Amino acid sequence: MSDTTNLPTSATFRVWRGEKGEGEFRDYKTPVSEGMVVLDAIHQIQADQANDLAVRWNCKAGKCGSCSAEVNGMPKLMCMTRLSDLPLDEPVTVQPLHTFPSIRDLVTDVSWNFRVKKEIKPFKPRAPDAPDGTWRMQQEDIERVQEFRKCIECFLCQDVCHVLRDHHKHEEFIGPRFLVHVAALEMHPLDTEDRLPELKTAHGIGYCNITKCCTKVCPEHITITDNAIIPLKERVVDRFYDPVARLLRKLKP
Amino acid sequence: MPVHETHEHDVLIIGAGGAGLRAAIEAASGGLSVGLVCKSLLGKAHTVMAEGGMAAAMAHVDDRDSWKVHFSDTMRGGQYLNNWRMAELHAKEAPDRVRELEAWGAVFDRTKDGRILQRNFGGHRYPRLAHVGDRTGLEMIRTLQDHGVHQGFKVYMEHTITKLFVDAGRIAGAFGYDRERGNLRVFKAKAIVLATGGVGRAFKITSNSWEYTGDGYALAYDAGADLMDMEFIQFHPTGMVWPPSVKGILVTEGVRGEGGVLRNKDGKRFMFDDIPENYKAQTADSEEEGWKYVQGDKNARRPPELLTRDHVARKIVKEVREGRGSPHGGVFLDIAWIKERIPKGAEHIKKKLPSMYHQFKELADIDITAVPMEVGPTTHYTMGGVRVDGDSQMSTVPGLFAAGECAAGLHGANRLGGNSLSDLLVFGKRAGEHAAKFARERAAATIDQGQIDAAERMALAPFERAATAGDAEAPYKIQYELQDLMQDNVGIVRNEAEIRKALEGIQVLKARAAKVASVGNREYNPGWHTALDLASLLACAEVIATSALERKESRGGHFREDHPDKDPNFSTFNHVVRKGAGGRPELRRETISPLRDDLKQVVEENK
Repeated sequence: MSDTTNLPTSATFRVWRGEKGEGEFRDYKTPVSEGMVVLDAIHQIQADQANDLAVRWNCKAGKCGSCSAEVNGMPKLMCMTRLSDLPLDEPVTVQPLHTFPSIRDLVTDVSWNFRVKKEIKPFKPRAPDAPDGTWRMQQEDIERVQEFRKCIECFLCQDVCHVLRDHHKHEEFIGPRFLVHVAALEMHPLDTEDRLPELKTAHGIGYCNITKCCTKVCPEHITITDNAIIPLKERVVDRFYDPVARLLRKLKP
Repeated sequence: MPVHETHEHDVLIIGAGGAGLRAAIEAASGGLSVGLVCKSLLGKAHTVMAEGGMAAAMAHVDDRDSWKVHFSDTMRGGQYLNNWRMAELHAKEAPDRVRELEAWGAVFDRTKDGRILQRNFGGHRYPRLAHVGDRTGLEMIRTLQDHGVHQGFKVYMEHTITKLFVDAGRIAGAFGYDRERGNLRVFKAKAIVLATGGVGRAFKITSNSWEYTGDGYALAYDAGADLMDMEFIQFHPTGMVWPPSVKGILVTEGVRGEGGVLRNKDGKRFMFDDIPENYKAQTADSEEEGWKYVQGDKNARRPPELLTRDHVARKIVKEVREGRGSPHGGVFLDIAWIKERIPKGAEHIKKKLPSMYHQFKELADIDITAVPMEVGPTTHYTMGGVRVDGDSQMSTVPGLFAAGECAAGLHGANRLGGNSLSDLLVFGKRAGEHAAKFARERAAATIDQGQIDAAERMALAPFERAATAGDAEAPYKIQYELQDLMQDNVGIVRNEAEIRKALEGIQVLKARAAKVASVGNREYNPGWHTALDLASLLACAEVIATSALERKESRGGHFREDHPDKDPNFSTFNHVVRKGAGGRPELRRETISPLRDDLKQVVEENK
């Protein structure tokens, strides 16, 4: 029922300290105990050794998506990364997300994500058509959308996406998080908006070449690539590149 | 003198969880200038952690439900200390607020005929909670956020407010700082809505995040507003107890709503032992009847695991104290047993309780579809708060409003699960509407420069002390000591001696907090933020303990082992606290206005 791994009594955390990209890794040794997660260690270090160590966190239960960082090089929620799953005989490196500008220590400037989301056309339902002035939807028709709406906006998928991480296409590509968001809107049974033209152009869906890195790091296990991005790509192709459909559109006034 | 930036709005909303966002949407709908201040990033507020659902008598699952039954359930759960006007408005308006969320894009689980599905929850007579699996709070905050960002209000992310300004008896503005740069800010506003949630961080074992430092209570109290019912803290019966680092993290009541049962170490369902008199008629006599109820049998009564939270939490403490607890000091919560009763039980559990499955799997290595969870009480919710007018949500300071957990009244002595999310929507909307109305009818107030200077000095004092003081205190240490003090002495079981001990301890900590120093600079410095939050935590702790001392009875979330029974003499008033001379709390009794005749009849009919 509980952890039976033999944890050492302390471990070293190699934490990135610095501001606006300038800084260094510093080692902090701190006691460890059963069930501890990386965020616990960071909090201990903050309380005992470095009061000003900057870190975002809220729920500490994997539900708010605030404490994203790279632990031993992997994008993770610190609150859900257990020390018993890490090799503690060597220092655990903890550094901020690479894809976003550094503010201080483990905190990055993720405001780009909020700007991008605002540019996506919002939900636009059809007029209510049930007798009670609302709508009817069947559970099986909303399951896919509910999967996408599990997203906690931790932005780990944005962090790992090479289009953003390595190629810095922030101005041309909205990234996996917001492709999932568009998919949730496009597949919502009540929505009447058309976002396909923007997907092709401003949202840059063509940049995604389906390496599935985003799906691998998603803490909510959303099948981002297969269930959201590929179906959206198919819709874009059907609309803009299918020669038969194109011809039919031309014939229709 | 340090430089500050000034922002001006008609309405300023402090807090961006469910209540704050709903208030902002409403206030902005009339075209006023609205600012929304959030302590974290947008969409990360504590609402995101709500799991079970939002209570609204839509009668989709059981057509016997109505606002009248919901009203009666809320009053009974609150032990009749509720502001009955709020309970009435809440019960009547919640269904529309839920439907509104759907119109803004929320995707609730469905009934077979395609309507919003509702589930069972403690203290609710019929299945009443609209939900999305066990992540309803996320659905709610994301829906409000995604709708809200297109409504034209300005969002100030990662900003903390440390002071409210009052001018000639009305609200005039607020002072704060932004976390990222540490810049100081003055917000001028004609009306302010506090939607800052509760004060769970005053206790050691809590389901609440770091933000929950009671800022709204402390800001209102400091501005001269009344606080009410602050002795009533909800200890949720089921928090995780193991491993130590996750102690207190919430386990949704939805587990019990889906058929989960509580057992002690002997495997006994101890909740059947002691059923309160006023719930006897509504509670199952046998395990079989309880199971039928959660399966939707309309002739069955609910199992005792779905009694109100105050009662269930105390029963768990009793089992543990009397040596019948689980290995890590809790009791067992078993959902896996339903596999005996329904086909594909494990799949069903994962489908209905996905984040619980995930949470236990990842944090405790436990598969809840196979073995029972270990659970125990955790500080969860503050029933008390800013005393407000039931219709408008305005506090006793003109122009200052409060909504959601920050406001007192709706829940009385104990909140029913699911009534919080609907509270946020119903009264968030009302606060936004009335704050806008107040702002529209008035010219801007002026803020006295002396008040601004004082607020600046207070905000920067921890850095001054770091440079000069030899006996500086560390902020985290004081916070931890306060949490231990409150947990041990003003927790789930209270007595006079311990509460007095807490009050003395709080005075000592207050003196030490005045010497807290912050190292480093102002840019994203959590040590500084924690130092400033201490003032709120300590003020709230003092008010909670003061109110708890004076309530010499046991009722709802407040249990006194030296006065273990409910006392009818305490049923006619609320405790109201105002900041008195010398900064000490002044407590008085405020008589509860008699229930309106038609509502009295509603309560009688639903006994």
